Amino acid sequence: MADVVAPPYRVIPIIPALIPGSMEGLKPFVANDKINTAIGFPGELVEDWHDKAIAKMGELLSKYRSLKVYMDACVHCGACSDKCHYFIGTQDPKNMPVARQDLMRSVYRRYFTLPGKLFPKLVGARDLTKEVLDEWYSYFHQCSECRRCSVFCPYGIDTAEVTMAAREILDSIGYGQKYSNEIIGKVHRIGNNLGLPGPALRDTLEGLEEDVKDATGVDVRFPMDVKGAEVLLITPSADFFAEPHIDSLIGYAKVFHATGTSWTLSSMASEAGNFGMFIGNYDQLRQIALRIREVALELGVKRIVVGECGHAWRVAYSFWNTLTGVGDGADETDRFAQMLQKQLDHRYKQPMHICEFTWDAIERGALQFDKSKNDKHIITFHDSCNVARGSRMGDFAGGQFEIPRNIIKTVANNFYEMAPETTCEQTFCCGGGGGLLTDDLIDLRVKGALPRMEVLQQVVDEHGVNFMATICAICKAQFTKVLPIYGFDRRLVGGVHQLVSNAIILGDK
Amino acid sequence: MATIEVSGKTYETDEEGYLVNLGEWDMDVANYIATTESISMTEQHWEVINFLREYFEEYQIAPAVRVLTKAIGKKLGAEKGTSEYLYALYPYGPGKQACKIAGLPKPTGCV
Repeated sequence: MADVVAPPYRVIPIIPALIPGSMEGLKPFVANDKINTAIGFPGELVEDWHDKAIAKMGELLSKYRSLKVYMDACVHCGACSDKCHYFIGTQDPKNMPVARQDLMRSVYRRYFTLPGKLFPKLVGARDLTKEVLDEWYSYFHQCSECRRCSVFCPYGIDTAEVTMAAREILDSIGYGQKYSNEIIGKVHRIGNNLGLPGPALRDTLEGLEEDVKDATGVDVRFPMDVKGAEVLLITPSADFFAEPHIDSLIGYAKVFHATGTSWTLSSMASEAGNFGMFIGNYDQLRQIALRIREVALELGVKRIVVGECGHAWRVAYSFWNTLTGVGDGADETDRFAQMLQKQLDHRYKQPMHICEFTWDAIERGALQFDKSKNDKHIITFHDSCNVARGSRMGDFAGGQFEIPRNIIKTVANNFYEMAPETTCEQTFCCGGGGGLLTDDLIDLRVKGALPRMEVLQQVVDEHGVNFMATICAICKAQFTKVLPIYGFDRRLVGGVHQLVSNAIILGDK
Repeated sequence: MATIEVSGKTYETDEEGYLVNLGEWDMDVANYIATTESISMTEQHWEVINFLREYFEEYQIAPAVRVLTKAIGKKLGAEKGTSEYLYALYPYGPGKQACKIAGLPKPTGCV
């Protein structure tokens, strides 16, 4: 830790000077035999990895037409090259999105295109050697799948999908990453990424009831496994464990209390996060999502609300419908998905983001706030990548940008935006997304946070900003860790519902 | 698997230096891990470690930071029941750093 230092801010934020090879050989811990086999992957790099990898690539190319288009369509225009936070922070040219993708594209050309098969050198096609494979492992774990580069791509190439495909191929030959795969195993075994068992969760929730009672004098409940509750809240397990995450959990509970909503958490589906997406594995994505369906059916809930978790909201908003039947579009032959569709109350959005829930209650006049309670905070908002570019909120375009901001402005007096080229759909990743929020990548995480820290510094200098609100557990954990390395207080980051919690006026219900 | 050796005894660890077998933990190895984290153990550090181990025994996971601060505050006085106090003892975060010294598995996920 001691030798991790923040890179200096750029004087003029343009394309940085290149440092070829600066991140070469960076290798997050590889998943071991026990971790891999627990989730159905080969324990270690298989002997015939070359043939297996090419076969897997062929399978993905035929299954995902998009991947084939992304492999073929790039004209190397360079529009994406300086849009990646990891490239800006590391200055390694292979972290230009186009160059990172080309690590796979060159192999694609060699094995799947005629010119590449006949004249590989002429078309930049490469054999899949062990060196190339290691390069994949390294650089496809220097992409957080945030899709900022895709916003600027004139062909709409989704770089995250290329990274996901690469990781899927690596997992299929026993060369997966420890952090993500260990966590996926824990969800299957225990119910959440953290490995928090039911009794510990109950103890934590009871403790929170005491704390809120002490602080407010009001009996705000944190119910767990309640059959017949109206709302099932699915939230990242970090909300039960980490600071500042837990303050937003308190905020959700207060909103449910103040609106008189009957709600429950689940010990079995105590995780909104879904790392199946990070590793590009559909089966894992689905299995993890199905835990939520099972619980929803068992508890008989009418609504499913998702807490502050960026990629979880992307999965929920964009994929839960076909994966589980939450939302429209469940497969007609999927009996349980159909059951769930009938059970849920479609007068409400399914699923619903907690920000939508709270904003709806505000608009109905169901919540009262004392804004002055947040006067000590001078606030800005960091859009989280998966919410910004992979989902929506409300029933109008851009709702995912406006609704969280509207909530903040309703509960607090001091709000300032960061530079517009770094917010909303152009937001920078926090530097820890996509399965990279692990200590063995702390150097990369610090460097990847550079562009966000630069513009944060601007609003700190100009407006005295001392609170950066966000709605993602990864963003919160990442910033808590890297803010001090840039000379900020770790408590500068917090949740939107943390601010809600501070200002909400609780009536007796 | 990596190992560490302290006073002639060998302990198995994972890649990040967390003990693999919780039962092998003792004060010697705790002191050793602390030095690798640039922490010199004082009575205040031990108070936290002991609470973590007790909690783990009951719940099979380390306590949430909030649970930890509250418990420390109750046991040792309100002035110690703050996250500032815990971060002063364990600068890389009481969750991970103190768990490592206490011989507990690393909390994973978005923490």
